[in-house]
Amino acid sequence: MTDNRTIRSVAPEPGVAKPDPVLVVDHVKRSFGGLQAVDVEHLEVQRHTVTSLIGPNGAGKTTLFNLLTGFDKPDSGSWQLDGGTLVGVPAFRVARRGMVRTFQLTRSLSRLTVMENLLLAAKGNPGESFVGALTRWRWQGPEMANEERATVLLQRYGLRDMANEYAGSLSGGQRKLLEMARALMVEPELIMLDEPMAGVNPALTQSLLKHITGLRDRGKTVVFIEHDMDVIQEISDWVVVMSQGQVIAEGPPGHIAANQVVIDAYLGAHHGEVP
Amino acid sequence: MDIGGILIDALRASIGPVAAAYAVSAIGLNLQFGYTGLLNFGHVGFMLVGAYGMAITVDLGGSLWLGILVGILASVVLGLILGVPTLRLRADYLAIVTISAAEMLRLIVRSSWADPFTSSVFGIQQFAGAFFDLNPFDPGSPYGFGDFAFRGRQLWVMVVAWAIVGLAVLFTALLIKSPWGRIIRAIREDEDAVRSLGKNVFGYKLQSLMIGGALGGIGGMMLAIEQQNVFPNAFLPRVTFFLYVMVILGGAGTILGPVLGAIVFQFLFFFFDGVMVQAQAAGWFGEAIDATDAAQVKLMLVGIGLMALMAFRPQGILGNREEMLVGD
Repeated sequence: MTDNRTIRSVAPEPGVAKPDPVLVVDHVKRSFGGLQAVDVEHLEVQRHTVTSLIGPNGAGKTTLFNLLTGFDKPDSGSWQLDGGTLVGVPAFRVARRGMVRTFQLTRSLSRLTVMENLLLAAKGNPGESFVGALTRWRWQGPEMANEERATVLLQRYGLRDMANEYAGSLSGGQRKLLEMARALMVEPELIMLDEPMAGVNPALTQSLLKHITGLRDRGKTVVFIEHDMDVIQEISDWVVVMSQGQVIAEGPPGHIAANQVVIDAYLGAHHGEVP
Repeated sequence: MDIGGILIDALRASIGPVAAAYAVSAIGLNLQFGYTGLLNFGHVGFMLVGAYGMAITVDLGGSLWLGILVGILASVVLGLILGVPTLRLRADYLAIVTISAAEMLRLIVRSSWADPFTSSVFGIQQFAGAFFDLNPFDPGSPYGFGDFAFRGRQLWVMVVAWAIVGLAVLFTALLIKSPWGRIIRAIREDEDAVRSLGKNVFGYKLQSLMIGGALGGIGGMMLAIEQQNVFPNAFLPRVTFFLYVMVILGGAGTILGPVLGAIVFQFLFFFFDGVMVQAQAAGWFGEAIDATDAAQVKLMLVGIGLMALMAFRPQGILGNREEMLVGD
């Protein structure tokens, strides 16, 4: 875990440069009517870390996710994944380039089986083109290779026995796991998880957390949105705090918990004062 | 009332060439609606451009085979034209655009402005001679048993038409059971999720609309060839909704559903037709329902039958109830 230690030597200041950033964001702005939803001056995400993105409701976390992954277009700004710009790149190409996101409300493809959910996400199967689809012998080989890879992932996430069930019949927590496994089928460099812990019972939270750190240990970079401070303390290597669209603080989890700016953002600047 | 005769007529209609033509169109609609979740409310428009594309080509001196090619191309291009501006938007926009485009096309071909090409309301006749020249059966003599028989001319159309249905079924089965089909079905479930996994959702929706449109066009050409006649009022908006009934009746999102749906629909349609006509003629309804009303009441009966189907078997005849009921 050299990377984990590297990140701990970075100065805890908003917009600080990282030694080996996988994602670099510059001047990304998005407004909805009069509301400045996102206004990120500069942000870097260190490779092979779990970086959590926190902030009060309406801070612009999900909007930033949408912008970075091509699901929404910023008014201005630029951002690069591994040095390649993603400005104007449609969402599906962003995913192919190595940045895959999940959604706050899980999007399991209900009437596909769990296995189909995973096979869907695999890249480069010749059977995905119209002509390729009609030539079965061309896609059966890659399909079987994908199935093996999918089986390994399902095993890891405890969904192996559910492989042939409709995804719609899974529990809320299992769906979160399915989404994670599915995202991995795309073989991403960077995984963006939007509130993976939302609506999951506490017993499963622990296992989800292990899976998230497991992603990092397998060489992925994880950015995730979360509200629960305990969760963040437990698994983050680095924390980015947003408020009113801006990055107001950055640093290792211990530093953030004690940061006055962060406390003010969450509780209001004048907490403790009797009006 | 001659129930036997009514049943035989209904049975003849249910396996006749018109049923086959509807089946092919319904297979196309099923690809769009049943598998991809596209709300194409103007499928009849694809049938129209297919049939007119073929008839006009022959009328202008082309061969029938060239005409069929033009008909297929025309329906594919219609899919492209309707899909490109709407498929990036919410699903309802496609519904609005397709329903109005189909009706506009019908009004255009029946306008006096288009008369030099389409003969407006009278339509184009006798363009499929080349097809009937190939008929191996004796056009005039009946084939079959007793009352349940088809003339050689009709039998020839039926044989070819059901062969085309078979090919269309095979074609969709190959597509749907491939990775391409998996993406299509996933788009029906949640297109943002599919996008987030690196698939070009817009491209797939467009392909589905164009391929389904081509099948619609082929169905339209089959209808036209059977009747040796193309005229605007064969392409009323209600045809689209009949096709929806067939797809849902048989089971949307199943391979054979639209074929079975077309057969059952034609059977019920002509069964109720026979019953109403004969009952009215026998004076069952007294003055309350006259001969013209009888035809309308028949449609109501078909409608009531459908409502019953939706209440008791919403997944259609071949649909999978378990699949239908899985939660979101």
